Amino acid sequence: MDIFLQQIINGLVQGSIYALVALGYTMVYGIMGLINFAHGEVVMIGTLVSITVTSTLAAAGVPLGLAGLGGLIAAMLVCMALGWSLERIAYRPLRGSPRLTPLITAIGMSIVLQNLAMIIWGRNYLTFPPLLPKVNFEFAGAHFTLVQVAIVLLSAAMMGGLVFLVYRTKLGMAMRATAQNPAVASLLGVNTNRVIAAAFVVGSALAAVAGVMVGSYYEIAHYQMGFMLGLKAFTAAVLGGIGNLAGAMAGGVLLGIIEALGAGYIGDFTGGFLGSHYQDIFAFVVLIIVLMFKPSGLFGEKTGDRA
Amino acid sequence: MLEVTGLHVAYGGIQAVRSITFHVNEGETVALIGANGAGKTTTLKAISRMINAVGGDVHFCGEKIGRIAPHEIIRKGIALVPEGRGMLPRMSVLENLRMGAYVRDDKAGIAADLERMYGYFPRLKEREDQLAGTLSGGEQQMLAIGRALMSRPKLLLLDEPSMGLAPIMVQKIFEVIRNVAADGMTILLIEQNARLALESSQRAYVMESGEITLNGESTALLHDPKVRAAYLGE
Repeated sequence: MDIFLQQIINGLVQGSIYALVALGYTMVYGIMGLINFAHGEVVMIGTLVSITVTSTLAAAGVPLGLAGLGGLIAAMLVCMALGWSLERIAYRPLRGSPRLTPLITAIGMSIVLQNLAMIIWGRNYLTFPPLLPKVNFEFAGAHFTLVQVAIVLLSAAMMGGLVFLVYRTKLGMAMRATAQNPAVASLLGVNTNRVIAAAFVVGSALAAVAGVMVGSYYEIAHYQMGFMLGLKAFTAAVLGGIGNLAGAMAGGVLLGIIEALGAGYIGDFTGGFLGSHYQDIFAFVVLIIVLMFKPSGLFGEKTGDRA
Repeated sequence: MLEVTGLHVAYGGIQAVRSITFHVNEGETVALIGANGAGKTTTLKAISRMINAVGGDVHFCGEKIGRIAPHEIIRKGIALVPEGRGMLPRMSVLENLRMGAYVRDDKAGIAADLERMYGYFPRLKEREDQLAGTLSGGEQQMLAIGRALMSRPKLLLLDEPSMGLAPIMVQKIFEVIRNVAADGMTILLIEQNARLALESSQRAYVMESGEITLNGESTALLHDPKVRAAYLGE
């Protein structure tokens, strides 16, 4: 039972991060039907920028908490600019072309960003400075840290903010209108180019926050870290029903928990033949099962209907 | 108010609209009638910048609007009720109406206009919180017209408001269109139902294969033997 609760907690933390990244996939897909495979790389850039800025500030004598905040803000600004540029340079010129074209471009952008990061930050693993004091909590035999609590709370706040943006502001209304019928949205006065750019910028800001979370959780970063994280977040978005905001959040948390439970119990189930380092297979088994039996995802609406 | 001169639109090699010229004066309802495929919808789409014209000019209130961005059209005072009603299906009736006022910032004015729309269409008030995609065809048409009026346009473009509706609903919709016109709105109406269109307008143009072949007072056209034979089934 202790393992069960422990893995639920671990899964919730990891799942909150997946959810934030999945929202970026789902927003862009919902508005323009594009799977932005470079989104995982935006997370990676966010992590690496925050490492550089935080360590530079810390080395200059700024208190670590404040330096971390500076790193977070810098990561958000850089990622927002990156998301905007991606749309502008790579995707907008391809608007109206067959769906496969921007998809291939997205994979290309992902490779470009990885290599760019490798040139800037090098091939080695970088250590992420500990932003929060190492405080441990215990609840019913399960342990968790202050970092984990912060990750869950901050993602919940970010998701709440996004829901407010999408359902309670004029920009959000324009985003939903563009997702449902871009031609009509434009007739009603919505500058759909700006709305699409805004979806990239907002998604990238969430990615930056997720990047800082991943960094401070694992205390390590690498130029290739965005690839697997991006794939899993994409899986989470598909699991929830891609194009659906609530689906991305639920899919993220659910995927995190499935993975954590799988990693926790796989040893017992296979008599020690497979260990917890096989945890990555669970995400993709989930992806395959969803695609086979409910391609529209748990919360997805009927195919072709984008949110 | 609206002056279209030599408007020419082509899809690939197909000439959909061939150099047509017509105008709409302030306060009048003008009908553009013709058979399916005559180029009526294409004309409205070109005026509202949903598609690019190959040649010709469109002037509105003296300003050239043939090349402005599509989302600026409504800011100039032109609202289109598109073919097929153009619902935002997963938004409520109220949200669709609010989207109609997207270009406006005057909260009090928007609230007053909402009430005015509910006055024209009491049914929409009853369905305020229902998703637009779940409305009946007639209700969707009401919503489409109400939404277009929410921008407080100077010119209302209506594309086939009778399409796919039961006769009783068509009567209701046209009753509202005549009321809106009586309240001073300038309207350019496209219809396949020629009789209804001519009965609801002051002037009309007849389109055939992308060209305007006939125009005049609607009452005169109603009695024109060619129109009667070709469009009124007599």
